[in-house]
Amino acid sequence: MKAMSALATQPFDSSEDWVLPYRGQVGMASLIIAEAAIFTIFVVAYLYYIGKSLTGPTPSQVLETPIFFTICLLSSSLTIHFAGKFLERGRLGAFLGAWLLTIVLGGLFMYGTASEWYRLIYEHGLTISTNLFGTTYYSLVGLHAFHVTAGLVMLSIVLIFAVAGRVGRDQSARINVLSLYWHFVDAVWVVVFTVVYIIGR
Amino acid sequence: MSSDAMAVQNAQIAGRPWVETLHDWVTTVDHKRIGILYVLYALTFLVIAGFEAVIIRIQLMFPHNHFVSPQVFNRLFTMHGTTMIFFVAMPILFGFANYLVPLMIGARDMAFPRLNAFSFWLTALGGVLLYFSFVGGNGLYGAGNAPDAGWWAYAPLTSKAFSPGSSSDYWTIALLVSGFGSVGTGINIIATILCMRCPGMRLTRMPLFAWLSLTMSGLILLAVTPLTAAQLMLAVDRYLGGHFFDTQAGGSATLWMHFFWIFGHPEVYVLVIPAFAFVSEIIPVFSRKPIFGYPAMVVATVCIAFVSMSVWAHHMFTIGMNSYANSFFAITTMAVGIPTGIKIFNWIGTMWGGRIQFKTPMLFCIAFLFQFLIAGLTGVIQAAAPLDWQLGLSYFVVAHFHYVIVGGILFALFGAFYYWYPKVTGRMMSESLGKLHFWLFVLGFHMTFDVMHIPGLLGMPRRIYTYEPGRGWDTLNLIVSIGAFIQGVAVLVFVANLIISYWKGAKAGNDPWDAWTLEWSVSSPPPAYNFASIPRVASRRPLWDLKHPEDPDSRYE
Repeated sequence: MKAMSALATQPFDSSEDWVLPYRGQVGMASLIIAEAAIFTIFVVAYLYYIGKSLTGPTPSQVLETPIFFTICLLSSSLTIHFAGKFLERGRLGAFLGAWLLTIVLGGLFMYGTASEWYRLIYEHGLTISTNLFGTTYYSLVGLHAFHVTAGLVMLSIVLIFAVAGRVGRDQSARINVLSLYWHFVDAVWVVVFTVVYIIGR
Repeated sequence: MSSDAMAVQNAQIAGRPWVETLHDWVTTVDHKRIGILYVLYALTFLVIAGFEAVIIRIQLMFPHNHFVSPQVFNRLFTMHGTTMIFFVAMPILFGFANYLVPLMIGARDMAFPRLNAFSFWLTALGGVLLYFSFVGGNGLYGAGNAPDAGWWAYAPLTSKAFSPGSSSDYWTIALLVSGFGSVGTGINIIATILCMRCPGMRLTRMPLFAWLSLTMSGLILLAVTPLTAAQLMLAVDRYLGGHFFDTQAGGSATLWMHFFWIFGHPEVYVLVIPAFAFVSEIIPVFSRKPIFGYPAMVVATVCIAFVSMSVWAHHMFTIGMNSYANSFFAITTMAVGIPTGIKIFNWIGTMWGGRIQFKTPMLFCIAFLFQFLIAGLTGVIQAAAPLDWQLGLSYFVVAHFHYVIVGGILFALFGAFYYWYPKVTGRMMSESLGKLHFWLFVLGFHMTFDVMHIPGLLGMPRRIYTYEPGRGWDTLNLIVSIGAFIQGVAVLVFVANLIISYWKGAKAGNDPWDAWTLEWSVSSPPPAYNFASIPRVASRRPLWDLKHPEDPDSRYE
């Protein structure tokens, strides 16, 4: 027992620097890899079923490219990036502003998806069970929208804490973890946008 | 710790009401307790799924047997396969990784202890949901009371038309939920290994167990998630009227096969890599030599993980793919044999010239080497598409993958139980019961799974509930069934050994095997905080350095 506990104190090479990555970043990166695999399968299914629907409506008949809302979502990546930078420098007011802007832009994007779905369902009669296009479209876009929503919930929780004055420089590593997730959600939209609105039509 | 303090603590433990102890275990976030929970949970399901296997073998013992009905037979093999993969093999390996990885890399817990507990309870919920289908599977239709579409659940068998009621829904949701648990554990192991290593524990100094756990976790992230996605699609089809796998509306049944096997084949490696990890720790200790070719072992493992992502369609040769696809998947499948061969040579190289101690853990590892080699060889010959057209969906395939899972993974697991049981409980497992377990299991295993290849070659299809007499399968099936019963008895000996040794086993001490990795430097069982002060390491065998200060490994690395 005595010899064993010596292991803990024996300075083998104390000169060595010992810096390990932050577990939050590594955990989030791993989650992103896993999520990317899920999205890949849905994207493959979407691509595989393009043009295989037996009945209409088809993508070219009903889809309109959501350029404005895409710009909203992509620019929210910029605002959250700057929010993180502001927090690192301790500029709390600027952080709060950029964070709020991120949520507003994300919310606008969700409004865009909601109005597009409303139009597809009530004007064109396209539901998830109408044809293969409906099944794959609502699943893929819905899966992405679900991730945006989850991100918005987490962003809002941070906003509440920030307004209550509980977010400071000490939290910036954690804020950056959330920011990484948000960038991923945006990057997925680039793929979904390309597949659904460009290749798919 | 002095013996007085120990006695006081024991008295306190004995005096506590059992509800409190139970509460401690249910709410625990300690990686060691969660590891034990995983293993106990998996052992429970091992007995259940083993029982299902025995019923299957009783039914197939004689031609025209009427022990169970065809419907029940379908449910039995579906539940047997699903349970063994998702609720025995995965959780038991997660349990070992959970328990051992932080101890081996000199950490006090996993990176995310609460995520760890959450993952375990998700997996536990998945198993409960699957077996709840026996009660709730009737749904509103009164047809089918457990999943019966086979463990790979090919479309369109899972469509509403062929699978009314809720049994397939329980199957889908059980796997979905346990899949989230698996991904959580995978993330946790990766973050633990990359971010929680003690000073000096460079990646190149980690025990191979940690390296292989890292590889397995990476594979989980990429391999379990396609199944999650496919299950989501199946749920969309069944609940929302989607058409992903609905051939009547232009959907494709083949796409399900691809998605399932993109998960299904790497899954084999998710299971077998931890088995490699056990063997890589046990063989050096009982050969009294450091592992041979450490870097080659790491590279070979990572290669296996990579290549395993691109071999899935060798499960689908019989559906009739084009010749390019056939050639591609045949070549990649054969390529897996190369890194696997490197590993087998390295294990033999470790044993070569060593002073081998034939203790029970080592016996299981030696059997693993032989059996895993044979399992690999029957795999390589099936990689040739034309041969697979003959053998696909026959008992040859059943014999092959049971050879991998039982002869490979389960043998390594038994070795791991005998090796780390003293660390977990503080007691040695009985060597005599262990040897009885080993020889009975070897006998039963070879009677069952060696012989099972032959009816496969003679054309016996898998998943048939009975067969006609006089096709040359009768005696063979009888031998296979008797072997299965012997394996059942051997597992009972093992369980008895686990239980008896817990109270009657000899005291183990910190380091009963004279081993070299950090988990043996702490008491058995380890304290809740693992290490009173975080260790520093300077080589791959920190305990060797400690025991042999005149000739430490660090001098040569």
